[in-house]
Amino acid sequence: MQTSVIEVSHLYKDYQTAAGPFPVLKDVNLRIDSGDYVAIMGPSGSGKSTFMNILGCLDKPSKGQYVLDGHPVANMEDNAVAGVRNKTIGFVFQGFNLLSRSSLLDNVALPLVYSGIDKVERHQRAKVLLEKVGLGKHIHSRPNQISGGQQQRVAIARALVNNPRLILADEPTGNLDSVTSEEIMALFGDLNQEGITIVLVTHETDIAEHAKRQVRFLDGKIVQDTASGAANSSDIQETHHV
Amino acid sequence: MFSAMLGEAWHAMGANRLRTFLTMLGMVIGVGAVVLMMAIGQGAEASVKRSINAMGSNLFVVLSGPPNMGGARSATGNAPSLNVRDADAITELDGVLAVAAVTMGKAQIVFGSNNWNTDIIGTTPGYFDVRSWDLSDGYTFSDSDIRSATRVALIGKTVADNIFGEDINPIGKTIRIQQSPFVVLGVLNSKGQTLDGRDQDDTIIVPLTTAQRKLFGNQLPGSVRQIIVQAESDKAMAMVEEGLNGLLNQRHNIREGADSDFSVRNLTAIANSAAETTRTMSLLLGAIASVSLLVGGIGIMNIMLVSVTERTREIGIRMAIGARQRDILLQFLLEAIVISIVGCLIGIGIGVAGAILVSTFTQAEVIISTDSMLIAFSVAASIGVFFGFYPARKAAKLNPIDALRYQ
Ligand SMILES: Nc1ncnc2c1ncn2[C@@H]1O[C@H](COP(=O)(O)OP(=O)(O)OP(=O)(O)O)[C@@H](O)[C@H]1O
Ligand SMILES: [Mg+2]
Repeated sequence: MQTSVIEVSHLYKDYQTAAGPFPVLKDVNLRIDSGDYVAIMGPSGSGKSTFMNILGCLDKPSKGQYVLDGHPVANMEDNAVAGVRNKTIGFVFQGFNLLSRSSLLDNVALPLVYSGIDKVERHQRAKVLLEKVGLGKHIHSRPNQISGGQQQRVAIARALVNNPRLILADEPTGNLDSVTSEEIMALFGDLNQEGITIVLVTHETDIAEHAKRQVRFLDGKIVQDTASGAANSSDIQETHHV
Repeated sequence: MFSAMLGEAWHAMGANRLRTFLTMLGMVIGVGAVVLMMAIGQGAEASVKRSINAMGSNLFVVLSGPPNMGGARSATGNAPSLNVRDADAITELDGVLAVAAVTMGKAQIVFGSNNWNTDIIGTTPGYFDVRSWDLSDGYTFSDSDIRSATRVALIGKTVADNIFGEDINPIGKTIRIQQSPFVVLGVLNSKGQTLDGRDQDDTIIVPLTTAQRKLFGNQLPGSVRQIIVQAESDKAMAMVEEGLNGLLNQRHNIREGADSDFSVRNLTAIANSAAETTRTMSLLLGAIASVSLLVGGIGIMNIMLVSVTERTREIGIRMAIGARQRDILLQFLLEAIVISIVGCLIGIGIGVAGAILVSTFTQAEVIISTDSMLIAFSVAASIGVFFGFYPARKAAKLNPIDALRYQ
């Protein structure tokens, strides 16, 4: 029996613009089970990033429900949501988003500061993860002293440091060449093997093929989902395999 | 957690050293000014208080001459209207503790090859009581010296230093005051300066009669320039003042409504108002200095606002990986507090150094109290909290996604 990590129903998101509300997500329904590996695709402007930000609790939907790990996010208070961002979710950005003034070690250890973990353990865990992503020799470097691919590895190490159940990655290979992209995807593949649920956004089909399941967005709606095979997956099934 | 944030605050300050330094400078100057001004103000208050204590308590001085002429002029101008019999009569008044009749002038004194020009006070033994003035060495003259107008003198410390120096013990030596020989009976304790800055130790005290007959050759026998009157207590002051006016008007045959030929001054009231003035002055100095603290605080707020804007993305990143609002608040608040406290410590150092400079290069007394430092420190810390809070809250209230998108 699969447990769902993400359950989104009838989700809407409007942006407030000068010309009035601008609808970006229009009735999105999606269920993602524990251990799944989902690639979200779709043309530019179709609302993929908007959706990912809501999944990552960085933004709030205008309407609809988002249940994360059995808890409706809308009912949580701010501190609890911060706790979710800290412990349940690891977010990987297209632009890496590392703190440029801090060393790689401090960057990776930073989420642990907000979990109240002491310095010795913080550095120990950050070091283990930097070694895991192949940067054990650079722990005292600054982000601007390493390559883009290496920076993305650091960002992944940071996303992993608090042992999240879920990794959300918005175009993690968008700024990288194809060889480096393959390396990053191999890393995600390993993480999924270890049981971490992964949702990533990509424009490239060959990247999307690393995932077990592909979901396609068009104009704020899900128009294709390989798990259900349906053109519009408002009835989510539990038929896909691990 | 807290120490990690403190480390980060330190780090952030180091990231833009010049800016941090300039921001801190406002605080340094503010605190330095407060510490220095308080040191000067408290020093002035203390020296006034010391002068008041040295003067003696519950004192009146009766000056000869009409009150409208002003003290200094009437004391040295016309022929004195008071005399020793007035002083004797005052002794009998209710509430009077002690009375001293005083006549004074300037004279040249000589010892060996040294000579010195100083104030000569001729008075009665009661003078030492009313002015609570003791001898540091030797003994004072007595009533019998008054009766026989002996040529004896008590010398002030400044006089002793100037004509005898350190090596000679003045007691028993003979000095010449306007050519006449006087035997030094004793040396007076140092009293320091008066409220108006005269050196009280630059004086020689001789028996009243000696001064009248042998030094200043009075126009009217027995006349004196001043009578100093000490009341028994603070409460008796009003009664004594009334008694003095009544008695002297009667003795000098001055009818009601007519101008009197003497004036009664309440020295204690004058001294207290002088003390009040210095207190006001030091408060004012402190207030002016506090304005610079305020300006320093506004500088901190300004820079923190800039810093929050500049680091909006950083705030977004921190929030995306789990920082709570209060973590962000604390981070920026700590930065403001660290800046103001470090600035404050440097400012205290500079204020203290300035106070030491002032006291070495001027006569002014300064008091560097730990109180003033504690006050400056707590004010600076509060300013850090107060002016750091708004920018920090602004940072904490940012929406994670808006902060992340900020370019
Ligand atoms: N903050 C915003 N305010 C107003 N409109 C916005 C905002 N963010 C995004 N949009 C609009 O919402 C739509 C969806 O944007 P979104 O970033 O989700 O697209 P996307 O699918 O991630 O595109 P891309 O593949 O180019 O990253 C776009 O039309 C965009 O203009
Ligand atoms: Mg996008």
